Amino acid sequence: MTTFAELLLNGISIGSVYALIALGFVVIFRATEVVNFAHASLLLAGGYVTAVLHDDIGFWLALLAGIGGAAAVGAGVEFLVMRRYRGSNHSVLAIVTIGVDILLTTELTRRIGTDVLALGDPWGDSVLTVAGVSVAHTRIAAFVAAGLLITAFLLAFRLTSWGVAMRAAAENSETAALMGVRLGRVSLGAWAVAGGLAAVAALFLTVFPTPGLERSTSLAAMKAFPAAILGGLDSTTGALVGGFLVGITESLATGYQGDLTFLGRGIGDLAPYLVMVAVLLVRPAGLFGTKELARV
Amino acid sequence: MSDPIKRLRRPALWTAGAVLLLALPFYLDRFWLQAGLFAMAAAIGAIGLNLLTGSTGQLSMGHAFFLAVGAYGYCVLAGDSTGTLTGLNLPSWLAAVLAVALAGVAGGLFSPIAGRLQGAYLGIATLALIFIGQHVLFNAHDLTGGFNGRDVPPLSLFGVTFDESELLVAAVPFGSAEKLWYVALLALAGCALFARGVLRGRPGRAMNAIRDHRIAAGVLGVPVARYRAGVFVLSSMYAGLAGVLLALVFQRTVPEYFGMILSLEYLAMIVIGGLGSVAGAVVGAVFVSLLPQLLTRYSDALPLVSAPGTGGVAPGEASRYLYGAAVVAVVLFLPGGLVRPAFRRRKTTTSEESP
Repeated sequence: MTTFAELLLNGISIGSVYALIALGFVVIFRATEVVNFAHASLLLAGGYVTAVLHDDIGFWLALLAGIGGAAAVGAGVEFLVMRRYRGSNHSVLAIVTIGVDILLTTELTRRIGTDVLALGDPWGDSVLTVAGVSVAHTRIAAFVAAGLLITAFLLAFRLTSWGVAMRAAAENSETAALMGVRLGRVSLGAWAVAGGLAAVAALFLTVFPTPGLERSTSLAAMKAFPAAILGGLDSTTGALVGGFLVGITESLATGYQGDLTFLGRGIGDLAPYLVMVAVLLVRPAGLFGTKELARV
Repeated sequence: MSDPIKRLRRPALWTAGAVLLLALPFYLDRFWLQAGLFAMAAAIGAIGLNLLTGSTGQLSMGHAFFLAVGAYGYCVLAGDSTGTLTGLNLPSWLAAVLAVALAGVAGGLFSPIAGRLQGAYLGIATLALIFIGQHVLFNAHDLTGGFNGRDVPPLSLFGVTFDESELLVAAVPFGSAEKLWYVALLALAGCALFARGVLRGRPGRAMNAIRDHRIAAGVLGVPVARYRAGVFVLSSMYAGLAGVLLALVFQRTVPEYFGMILSLEYLAMIVIGGLGSVAGAVVGAVFVSLLPQLLTRYSDALPLVSAPGTGGVAPGEASRYLYGAAVVAVVLFLPGGLVRPAFRRRKTTTSEESP
């Protein structure tokens, strides 16, 4: 029972990190209708900046720099690449992001090489034990930080003029443009926010019990893709639910893989994708995605 | 006036090209033949992916999975049962055919999703295939040999075995690469012609209609879901055949090869060459698959590129930079890919206007 509780808590914590990544992904999709396959490399960029700088300027400043760096990379991608595309086919833009992803991932993995970089976080490997259930401090920090960021983001989405512009652009970009919403700024902002959220997620994907930032970190970040799509690509609620679902499934499958040996080793890494396929079989638009309606 | 000459020019070019390709094994050394074989196998896979992504607008990241099904399917069906490995020991030509069919069945099993999801959504959903594929390849030891992979039994066809036993043709010793060259050429020609037939006929029109306006296509009477699922199956069978050929060229299959990067490479091929055209897929495949090999071969002579493990930019990485940048540049500045300008000049009334 304690194992179950521990696994559940870890799952919720890691799920909140996935939710953070998926949220950025959904924000870009809502603002620009582009499926951003370069998201994992944005995350890697943020983590890399933090890892490189933390020795010189301390952890917190380095984290800020990482967030800023990833936001700048995101905004740069939007400004230099996405904005230059003159067509209207969003599927093709998704392929452009794949090209961007190839470039960024190659550069970052080449820099990281075979190293495992520490991010210099203050939590170390200390563990909190309450009533026999022990949880690492990093996991608590992850949950709290992700929770705060998500709340702040959702409030901004509802209340600020930036959020209104974003939602208007998502609803109908042409009308929004006619009403004076600057679509360029909206999409630039979306990419920057997504980058920043990804950088925070990079921190919590690489702290204890994970060894640190390495080239395979982007594979871990990719689990946010099933999180986003099983919740429904255009739904922020969906991103949250999807993130938790993926996190908890992964944690439980990894924890009980001793009992699941017939499925082979490393089933935990596969579980998110299996859940995604199962959900998509029943609900092709995701759990909270709007079913597409069109007037001809 | 110059019509007869114009009419004759294309067949003449094709004949010259065919003769050149048929004659190459007599002159090229093993390195170039291997590179050419890779390019041809990749071209088959890319044609299949282009039918799905380019012509029907359905993104797929799972192409590597179907390549793996083809490659390992062939190994299991044609291989012997030795030690811990299972093999059915079928005649190798039958194994090749069944492996392609197996890839088609795998595509069909995914069709409830492939038929219902659209465009980039399908792209994310097919990510699952990569991870499932990797998991199975590493864990199903008795079928795949796990981490170390398994040897590929040589193909034998009409009494000719495509292994290293040398056959003297016109005083040129023919090893496996020389012999496989003709098999690959034949397979590529067949696949290209078939895809061209599909694209030019009724199904091709329907696929383009689905890509350009799904609802309008549905209203016109195109069974959208069935077409999407069907094209997905067809593209997986192309991938299966490409996988069989790659396995035969490699002579050993390892699971690491069939990962995410391979899928991205195939997407890069069709984008660079030109979405929705058979020639584009072939051009892109040649570009992307020859690039790393050329860079490896000439890494001494090139600035910035150095041999793997010496600290500089390795040839594999350099080629990834190049085709990653090429993908971005082609979409932004050359929509329609490398082959499309040529197309536009020749045919003024193309049905597929880039949107």
